Amino acid sequence: MSDRRAQWQWLVALSPLIAVAAALAAGAVFIAAIGEKPLEIYALLFREAFGTGYGLGQTLFRATPLLFTGLAVALAFRAGLFNVGVEGQLYVGGFAAALAGAYLPLPGPLLGVAAVLAAGLAGAAWGAIPGALKARFGAHEVINTIMLNFIAFSLVSWAGRAVFLPATVHTRDVGLGAQLPRLDTFVPALRGAPVNVSLLLGLVLALVVALLLFRTRLGYELRAVGQNASAAEYGGVSIGHAQMLAMALSGALAGLGGSNFVLGYKHYFELGFSGGAGFIGIAVALLGRNHPSGVIVASLFFGALAYGGLVVNQRVPRELVEVLMALVILFAICTRPLLERAARRWA
Amino acid sequence: MSTPHVTLRGITRRFGALVANDRVTLELPPGEIHALVGENGAGKSTLMKVLFGLLQPDEGEIVVDGRNVRFADPQAAMRHGLGMVHQHFMLVDTLTVAENVTLGRETQARFGLLAPGDAEREVAALAERHRLPVDPKARISQLSVGAQQRVEILKALYRGARVLILDEPTAVLTPQEVDELFAVLRALVAEGVSIVLITHKLAEVKALASRVTVLRGGKVAGSAMVADTSIERMAELMVGHVPAPLTERSHRAPGAPLLEVQGLEVRDARHLPAVRDVSFAVRSGEIVGIAGVEGNGQHELIECLAGLCPPARGAVRIAGVAVSGHSAREHRAAGLAHIPSDRLHRGLVPDMSLAENLVLGLQRRPDIGTGPWLGGHTLEDASRARLQEYDVRPPDPRAFAGRLSGGNQQKLIAARELTQGAKAILAAHPTRGVDLGAIDFIHRRLLAERDAGRAVLLVSSELSEILALSDRILVLYEGRIVHETTPAATDERTLGLHMTGRASHTDAPLPPRNGTPHASGGLA
Repeated sequence: MSDRRAQWQWLVALSPLIAVAAALAAGAVFIAAIGEKPLEIYALLFREAFGTGYGLGQTLFRATPLLFTGLAVALAFRAGLFNVGVEGQLYVGGFAAALAGAYLPLPGPLLGVAAVLAAGLAGAAWGAIPGALKARFGAHEVINTIMLNFIAFSLVSWAGRAVFLPATVHTRDVGLGAQLPRLDTFVPALRGAPVNVSLLLGLVLALVVALLLFRTRLGYELRAVGQNASAAEYGGVSIGHAQMLAMALSGALAGLGGSNFVLGYKHYFELGFSGGAGFIGIAVALLGRNHPSGVIVASLFFGALAYGGLVVNQRVPRELVEVLMALVILFAICTRPLLERAARRWA
Repeated sequence: MSTPHVTLRGITRRFGALVANDRVTLELPPGEIHALVGENGAGKSTLMKVLFGLLQPDEGEIVVDGRNVRFADPQAAMRHGLGMVHQHFMLVDTLTVAENVTLGRETQARFGLLAPGDAEREVAALAERHRLPVDPKARISQLSVGAQQRVEILKALYRGARVLILDEPTAVLTPQEVDELFAVLRALVAEGVSIVLITHKLAEVKALASRVTVLRGGKVAGSAMVADTSIERMAELMVGHVPAPLTERSHRAPGAPLLEVQGLEVRDARHLPAVRDVSFAVRSGEIVGIAGVEGNGQHELIECLAGLCPPARGAVRIAGVAVSGHSAREHRAAGLAHIPSDRLHRGLVPDMSLAENLVLGLQRRPDIGTGPWLGGHTLEDASRARLQEYDVRPPDPRAFAGRLSGGNQQKLIAARELTQGAKAILAAHPTRGVDLGAIDFIHRRLLAERDAGRAVLLVSSELSEILALSDRILVLYEGRIVHETTPAATDERTLGLHMTGRASHTDAPLPPRNGTPHASGGLA
């Protein structure tokens, strides 16, 4: 029947939520296996992540870099490119922001603008390299972005020795003008949580990415290249240019994510600050179906898991949260095709 | 295995509000060819997908040898002896014929290792038995389209198919290959295999099928023994009225050349010359037809003229602007529109909406969109009138282009390329896979463009189309223009001789005409 088919289509559309539910159910088995009560743990996790102003602020703080990296992966993916180098682009972005914020002789807010721009530009440059290699030589971006991650880590470690404070692995503080205000200065309920203006920048960028992709000539061309490169070529799009541009824009988004930690939280660059946010960004984009609004929700979800995991640590091992994240990814990959097949069979 | 008697009874299948099949009944007795004809979007493909287990019916039943069955997937249909040859082949290019045929059912030697020798012998025997000449060791990429189709048929037979569904099998074949295919199909029927032939070409129905069912708007418009009906009657049932032949055309002197080609040489993917020293001009208000058997350089010529592959030598000018070696965008900017020969590969982005597809290639034009912006309701609203005018079904600007039937996709491309005010138009197989009503419409539009002063270069494998539309005809053979003529001064038979390189000695006697009235005309 037609209504039944419409119901199935709803289910397919809701597949990310179903994936999350399935992952939580599977995670419950692990929790039960170590002798804890799954529902209690989940309730505790949820309460801690969203129930208090401080907890919400912590969740948002952890969601912020994932919002940037998720957008970065989604944008590249829409243009048919799998950017696995988001981690490295985030890393060089953070480093560039710290250097610009600490050393540029600029007054007040200008310094902040310059530091944010430096983060974006460094990420863009780092993303443009595999983009150019793809456009010029057809070299696969997955391989090159992975390699460039390693190069980014090593290069920054090496360059860092010249600027790190003695006996530390971090740079000196950025100037006051480059320090992004915390949101608790405007919203007292968030008191004590490190969530900062970087989150607002991320939300604005989500809107910008959505408009770019679905409402501009440029976005139209990027999507055409991603969905049928041959037809895009026929339509007069230069595939090489589009690929390079998509990777640069993706890298810029990732690099801007460095602002959260470097400009909004610690106010300096520290070795290893990215902590895998770039890789989780791939999961965020996947769960968010490569759509900016989906990415916002998915980054919030992963942010809640990251913070909630710290809190429930007293009762279940921290690794549980990592297992949960991995399960969500696995189920997100499987749910949609499974539902589509079921829809074909039964509807 | 004996051939089952298959009956589709009262099949209804809906897609949202659209009823693709409305209580359709179809009888397939063993050892017969049943032709299923109808316009694009009449529901032929949907019905066959239901029969092959790719879609589930909302109502109705499938009866095999008197038993009610339900095919959850194609595997289930295959178990009941059904096989399908899709219009777009499902072959692995890099594997051999034997590997493709046995794929998923490989014969195994000890330790689970493959036994390629066994597979090749088996496939060779099968090919021999059904008189389907193919080399089991050849790679798919080396085969002609006709041979690839034989591999698809072998694949189905290897899986025990006794009921073969062929989806527009002649659309991609040369006239010679059509004759070969028909011989194969007749032999299969003689062995008791039954065949469902989906087609637009009524001459093929007359030549091959014993029964015909005409679908219109998802319903059975009529069903008869072929011997008891006529092509005119079938055409009438398909479209509701018999399309008038294209006779009316204005006579006007062509104007300035808008598409000029000088000494053009184009290399193919293997870097061999595919177009050699070709020169011609298409003038304003003129349709120049390129006739030729597919594979004689048409594809490379069109790709080069569209700016999709640079020429090795020579020059192209569009409306006086030298564009050779420049990008496709610059070709379009100089005033070129292009209906590509492969709509899925070149012409459409399947995951984009109809509205978005209607601006592919125009996405940078100032009159489409404002400033950097493009998309949303403005774009959708702007597309509605053209979707209506070109009768794209469904005319929903937000529907995905990939969900349209092949003929509707072609109409969508025509709606885009014939309404953008270009100076020169490349039309490669503009009506391939399109139903009679739409063929007529597209032909009229091409003539209207000509009368409006455009220069049209028409490439088609349908000689009747070339003859009906062209002011001048160029024959392409082995990459060269070997003959130039006008429709008034030639006919299909003479053109055919030039196309196959047999007319180099003009005094040679013409060979007797071959029996089958195939392929060349929609309405023979």
